[in-house]
Amino acid sequence: MKSFIKKIWVITLNTFKEAVRDRILYSIVFFAFLILILSTIMDVVTIGQRAKIIQDMGLASISIFGALIAIFVGIGLVYKEIDKRTIFTIVSKPVTRYQFLLGKYFGLVLTILVEVLAMGTIFLALVYYTSGYINPRLFAAIGLTFLELMVICSVAVFFSSFSTPILSGMFTLGIYLIGHMTRDLYEFSAKLEGTFLAVILKILYYVFPNLDNFNIRAQVVHELPIDPKYFFYSVLYGLLYITLLLFVSSIIFTKRDFK
Amino acid sequence: MTEKAVELKGVYKAFKTGFTMKKVEALNGVDLVINKGEVFGYLGPNGSGKTTTLKLIMGIIHLDKGEIKIMSKSPNDISIKEIIGFLPESPYFYDYLNAVEFLDFYARLFSIPKAIRRDKIRRLLKMVGLEKRAGESLRHFSRGMLQRIGIAQALINDPEIVFLDEPMSGLDPLGRAEVKEIIQGLKRDGKTVVFSSHILPDVEAIADRVGIIVNGKIRDVGDLDKLLSKRVSFVEVTVFGLDRDMLDPLKGKAKVKRILGDRIVLLVEGVENVDAVIDYIRFCEIGIESVEPIRMTLEELFLSETKGKSK
Repeated sequence: MKSFIKKIWVITLNTFKEAVRDRILYSIVFFAFLILILSTIMDVVTIGQRAKIIQDMGLASISIFGALIAIFVGIGLVYKEIDKRTIFTIVSKPVTRYQFLLGKYFGLVLTILVEVLAMGTIFLALVYYTSGYINPRLFAAIGLTFLELMVICSVAVFFSSFSTPILSGMFTLGIYLIGHMTRDLYEFSAKLEGTFLAVILKILYYVFPNLDNFNIRAQVVHELPIDPKYFFYSVLYGLLYITLLLFVSSIIFTKRDFK
Repeated sequence: MTEKAVELKGVYKAFKTGFTMKKVEALNGVDLVINKGEVFGYLGPNGSGKTTTLKLIMGIIHLDKGEIKIMSKSPNDISIKEIIGFLPESPYFYDYLNAVEFLDFYARLFSIPKAIRRDKIRRLLKMVGLEKRAGESLRHFSRGMLQRIGIAQALINDPEIVFLDEPMSGLDPLGRAEVKEIIQGLKRDGKTVVFSSHILPDVEAIADRVGIIVNGKIRDVGDLDKLLSKRVSFVEVTVFGLDRDMLDPLKGKAKVKRILGDRIVLLVEGVENVDAVIDYIRFCEIGIESVEPIRMTLEELFLSETKGKSK
């Protein structure tokens, strides 16, 4: 078991090293600039609500920025290994294909974690600077945003395991967008009850990840109550979704030929 | 009895290509046995199925039909990967790593302890002549250097069987000589080496046995000596004191290849004519200096097997 995890960790570290040396983490600097510019603009256009708006926009920026990085790094993650044939030497080593895939996934997650930690720190520093204190619930919001990004990473790795980067990018971006509208899909299907379209919409609701489950921005910013159960079920849902998707990805990846 | 290192039985593999998913046969019933401790040269023209065979053995692609065994185990058995090494054709590696990091990455996949890893990497870099470039990123390596570092990664686990796909390609004559020396060294250590190559004199110099594949089928396989010796192209008979006009009765059986003073080198076409030619020379009471069968070179054998048969 120790050796099994160790091999995944070796691939995880290598994937992270690739992201670092490809200067992916430079995007943090861009985020810092973006959030500083936003706060400056907010300072001018808002009256009294500045702190709340900065919190809301900051959390949204971490989510969108993290998602973009997860998608654009994730979609090429496995494809690049096949295209550049580096996978040939990996497969010839005592590593199973699912160990490789898990290693790549966790490497991407580690990259995103570093991004979120850096962006989170910049964001919290700005919050402290503008309002003089940090709402502890902001940590929970950032934590759930990270879980959302983990789900997006698993979607990107899933498509990357059998598709080209362009198609994977389109599919993952599509799922990211639909993932924030799944409640609408459900409500719409309820209105069309009894029709074929309603069945389709219901299937889509259950198949696509409900990314709004990880969004507690409004509750945190406006200091509304959050049921601890909600937090628990969101984490459970996220972890289950990731596990299922990685399991399916592993099956596909194990069965395919690398030409 | 010779122990089998690798065995292929009725191996069939087809790929679907193009928009219409047309099936193209890459291997069509390949039977092959590679013995333990031998250097096996795998030859064939481009697109004949050499790389496909190696990819199947490595588990990079899956079998359609047939059976592959490496030391009596399936290529999908992960434990078998502990004792094999592989260098793919025209390798491309993680170019953001330097040579030491690159080898360390592969060594860690074998769970080799740190102290042993460090020593192994140093030794391998020296062996492939890259010890002075150890800290340099692979991004700055030439094709030949990538080939060398690729060989080093294939040997990181001290494998019992090494598969090298075109190990000489991209190397200058010095590099080729070094690779040949590495392969010969592996043989001396009792390893099994399977390699494909287009450079036939190199194959001839280091392979114990060869297999020739054309259009996904094995055309010939066997000991290099036996394969070539059973194909005597012609026999050269050198005689002295023979007048040219005495040669008339040998018409159709032998012809003059060259005249060296009082010596005449006769070229006897077909082994079946050798007895008749020698009997006639003895009948004329003429001295025979030498009788030398001229064997086919590997290149001639390869060309005779592949001519008109490749796609």
